[in-house]
Amino acid sequence: MKSDLTLNAKDLDFFYAGGVQALKKINLPVLKNKVTALIGPSGCGKTTLLRCFNRMHDLYPGNSYKGEILFNNENILSQDFDLIALRSRIGMVFQKPTPFPMSIFDNISYGLKLKGLKSRNELSEQVEKALINAALWDEVKDKLNVSAYDLSGGQQQRLVIARALAVEPEVLLFDEPTSALDPISTGKIEDLIVHLKNDITIIIVTHNMQQAARISDRTGFMMLGDLIEFDNTDRIFTRPSQKLTEDYITGRFG
Amino acid sequence: MAVLLKKNPIDILFLGITAIASLSVVLFIAGILYILFTESSESIGKFGILQFLFSLEWDPVQELFGAATSLFGTVVTTVISLMLAIPIAIGIAIFVTEISPNILKGPIGIAIELLAAIPSIIYGMWGLFTLAPIMSNYIEPALQKSIGKVPLVGMLFKGTPMGIDLLTASIILSIMIIPFTASIARDSFNLTPAVVKESAYALGATQWEVVKNIVLPYSKLGVFGGAVLSLGRALGETMAVAFVLGNNHQITSSLLDAAATITVTLANEFTEADTDIYLSSLFNLALILFVFSFIILATAKIFLLKAEKRYSR
Repeated sequence: MKSDLTLNAKDLDFFYAGGVQALKKINLPVLKNKVTALIGPSGCGKTTLLRCFNRMHDLYPGNSYKGEILFNNENILSQDFDLIALRSRIGMVFQKPTPFPMSIFDNISYGLKLKGLKSRNELSEQVEKALINAALWDEVKDKLNVSAYDLSGGQQQRLVIARALAVEPEVLLFDEPTSALDPISTGKIEDLIVHLKNDITIIIVTHNMQQAARISDRTGFMMLGDLIEFDNTDRIFTRPSQKLTEDYITGRFG
Repeated sequence: MAVLLKKNPIDILFLGITAIASLSVVLFIAGILYILFTESSESIGKFGILQFLFSLEWDPVQELFGAATSLFGTVVTTVISLMLAIPIAIGIAIFVTEISPNILKGPIGIAIELLAAIPSIIYGMWGLFTLAPIMSNYIEPALQKSIGKVPLVGMLFKGTPMGIDLLTASIILSIMIIPFTASIARDSFNLTPAVVKESAYALGATQWEVVKNIVLPYSKLGVFGGAVLSLGRALGETMAVAFVLGNNHQITSSLLDAAATITVTLANEFTEADTDIYLSSLFNLALILFVFSFIILATAKIFLLKAEKRYSR
């Protein structure tokens, strides 16, 4: 059982600059090749928790962590952990599509070039593979040199997923990836996420409870920096053990 | 008009006042342009537009005038000052927006703005009494001994280092335009959405890679616009340059020679212009500078507008 865990947060506290505690003693074991969803009302700390896993908080001064997050049994919160290497193994997709100001091809190959890959043939191969995995290849294969800004919002989001996939991460973090998209694009991305878990571990933050119910295997419910309940998704949505969880998923608040 | 009629009288009065205020700007520009044209008509008539532009003569005694020497000084000092200022300004902007800890951001920003607030005549005095001796005693001899030995490039540093020359004037100018370029570059860099930068970090990019591949491409149009605005300012700067350029009408290959710019010529020679054609030729120079600055400013505006359009969605 233990080796099935990709990430494991243990007694994790997080403080924003200025000392506000945003996460309180979080214990979250993340199963390998499963989709883990984090739900909860705005400001509950779910995005904050997500951004701990690739230490995005380190970009801004004054933030601090306590406790540990084990990634394949190594503590990523230790002082000397190589963040550049960590982030190429744990990718992230944001709420709004974030294409870089360059062509579609250069967007996808960006992470590979950062890793030092230079051969044009190999880059092309990897770009094609990533685009196929992100279900975007058929739509863009004839215009790889076009600016990524020319794609639609839904296409841009799949582009960003392809870009994250290209570096072959072990984990992909999704921060409300469909909240800026229309229902059809949302459906495509949900299918994609379910398909992706064959190869990688996924953690997704979502405001949309139906989405969590549809695509995740495990769901965590958070409130005010606490992880109230964490269990199999069908259990959370049918027989939650906590009153707060039940109130939230039945729409009594939030 | 139908819309106007429905409005209440105070609104119409208000509309009238603000419209007059705005129109007055257009009238001023038209008026200045008109005066420049009429005053320089004698010079244009005698020398012709193109001949005046390319003539090397500037000889008040024989009443022969041409803009080439002043234009040369203006273009050279402007180009060199931009070459010195832009890299430094971009460096400042990168440090302030991406690298510096928050505690330093305020003080550095204020220092840069103070640099812009110093009156240009003070730069001129500082240039004459402090920078020029340093240039002639240390920097220019050192340049002659090092780069001066390189073939071709060496001819830029020929002659006696006097300190009152194109190079000193360009350095002063570059110090004066750094604040403008830096603050526009900083604003452009800040337009890069944090989440796009985070996306690059999330792929394992280093700070340098994020600046190089994301921030700079994202803001290059804005930075370019800022550089062109600085160019406009460098073109028009008078007092600081007047102190350290020597006002010598000549075209020279060496940066260690004295020269003249359009603005310095105007400032120095209006009081000496004792003939009509002399005065008219000075107005002709002013007209050329006006047209030049106008074209450059318009170009900058177009680029800045394009930059905004491109990234505002």
